[in-house]
Amino acid sequence: MTARPSESAPRSTRAPRSTSAGGASTVARRTALVVVGALFAVPIAAMVAFSLRSADGTGHDLGHWLAIVDPENERMYRNLVEGVTNSLLLAVVSALLVLVLLVPAMVLVHLRHPRLARPLEFVCLVPITVPAIVLVVGLAPVYSVVSRVAGSGAWTLALAYGVTVLPYAYRAVQSDLAATDLRTLTEAARTLGSGWLRTMVLVVVPSLRRGLLAAAFITVAVVLGEFTIASLLNRVNLQTALVQVSRSDPYAAVIFALLALGFAFVLLLVIGRVGALGAARPIPSRKALS
Amino acid sequence: MTATLPRPTVTSPTDAVAGAAVTFRDVTKQFAGHRALTGLDLELQPGELVAVLGPSGCGKTTALRSLAGLEDVTTGRITIDGRDVVAVPTHRRDVGMVFQAYSLFPHLTVRQNVEFGLRMRRVDKASRATRAGEMLDLVGLGDLGERYAHQLSGGQQQRVALARALVTRPRVLLLDEPLSALDAKVRVQLRDEIRRIQRELSITTLFVTHDQEEALAVADRVAVMRAGSIEQVGTPEELYSAPATAFVAEFVGTSNRVSGEVVGTLVRLAGCPEVPVVGSPAEGPVWAYVRPEDVSFVEQGGLAGIVESVSFLGAVCRTRVRVDPETLLVVDHRADERREPGSPVRLSFTPARVAVTTRAS
Repeated sequence: MTARPSESAPRSTRAPRSTSAGGASTVARRTALVVVGALFAVPIAAMVAFSLRSADGTGHDLGHWLAIVDPENERMYRNLVEGVTNSLLLAVVSALLVLVLLVPAMVLVHLRHPRLARPLEFVCLVPITVPAIVLVVGLAPVYSVVSRVAGSGAWTLALAYGVTVLPYAYRAVQSDLAATDLRTLTEAARTLGSGWLRTMVLVVVPSLRRGLLAAAFITVAVVLGEFTIASLLNRVNLQTALVQVSRSDPYAAVIFALLALGFAFVLLLVIGRVGALGAARPIPSRKALS
Repeated sequence: MTATLPRPTVTSPTDAVAGAAVTFRDVTKQFAGHRALTGLDLELQPGELVAVLGPSGCGKTTALRSLAGLEDVTTGRITIDGRDVVAVPTHRRDVGMVFQAYSLFPHLTVRQNVEFGLRMRRVDKASRATRAGEMLDLVGLGDLGERYAHQLSGGQQQRVALARALVTRPRVLLLDEPLSALDAKVRVQLRDEIRRIQRELSITTLFVTHDQEEALAVADRVAVMRAGSIEQVGTPEELYSAPATAFVAEFVGTSNRVSGEVVGTLVRLAGCPEVPVVGSPAEGPVWAYVRPEDVSFVEQGGLAGIVESVSFLGAVCRTRVRVDPETLLVVDHRADERREPGSPVRLSFTPARVAVTTRAS
């Protein structure tokens, strides 16, 4: 049996646009890009300029940046280092909580109990409607119990963060679930001899890779930027440490904020690259498709 | 019970595998507020291709999914080679399945997709590559192994899905309307390929479809389902020429319903010779079901009518003739026998046998 010529592979169906329409579209796109880019770039440029001011305020140098890595200032920034460490730990634990608890629950509901999809969505979206300060009122007595049971380690804050990131993580995973015929894929895997666990690992996770990575990234971003809950529960994280340091050294606070932004940007790039790995890669030549 | 069914041992994916006998015994399936299967009884002989045909919602896909283990049956038994598999989980039933929706894993290449079932059975890498390559050659896609699903046409994806389902040499192949998403030309090509491969491998196959032409073309036997149970099982010829019920007569092919009267083993149709009847119905008034190709124009005698419309179908012409205000008969005839709309004609029935149902007098 040979492949039939009538079964040619799909090609791009994008219709050619007229030159004038294409030109207007390009201008609009570039304008939007410049405006949005400026919205992000101006404050960041201002922060960079501020951090580069010389100590006497007359010029610019790297003094404040070098001061951060100066061993003599270690004691001054110890709290900040602790905040960064705690935030990174919280980001990892929160992302794990989301991936280990939320994702299997969503997949289970999607495949086996679709009637529970609405209640699950409601539960996951509730935290976005509750202000963090109100959430803390409820969390305070809970954490008095958590402290007795699991200690007062920084990681325990991830239990609260796991709740606050639910709406964002849910949306990221749900969009991928809706776009994938997961039911058929899992049924195909099972008829091929794969049990549920292997189906989850070998079929479900790779099929939802982009959604899972997006959920993980949003979780990390939310955790790195969280202040209210940590502050009101008297915990140290990046944001509370930045506020504390800014009282004595506003330059250091701005520099660490810039570093956190840079870290988030790099993380986004890395996740994007990892997300692309293993996904469909372009074949060497389009001629083969004809 | 989670026993794994024994697998045949063959050395090449293209070696014939002794197909398994499959039986459904009084199988019922109850969904919330809806009974999808109402005492299904069906037998598949080893190596046989049985098409399950029926209208939407008749339970044909539920029956197939029950055999695959993707639906739990409410009551009844399903056996593969005599062993009850109702309690055996899907991944241990040793069935291959091709779905209506494209089901290739999007993150794997064509070759990796085909190898998936072998990986689950812990077949070593070299054997996997060999067997996947042979199976891809069998479906004519040997040179597309490194592509991804989105780089294939619908027909190619279903060929890969077929190769993936067959590479593990399953005891039973299940086809759940695998051609319905394809265009007409590819559908005909692929259904012929499926039939050829099924015969080559001698694999017991259950083919669910709502397309009667497809079912009649590929199946050894066709089971017509209605409201959760089997209405009739038979060869395509039996089903077409001797439908056991009015439903089968009207669902399979096109039928003219004509009033008549059973006398002994014959049915007397209005204005026509007596014709042998299918089965042994009680004497009295009946509806008889006559195929369009068994109706012909005559010069004298027969039923008088007026031509309402004529359609050219390629090989034949189809003419609709009004014989009375409530009866419109369909006639298939050669193109050179064409009658113009509005012209008077006379019709005669010439079937070898006709199916009948009781008619209130």
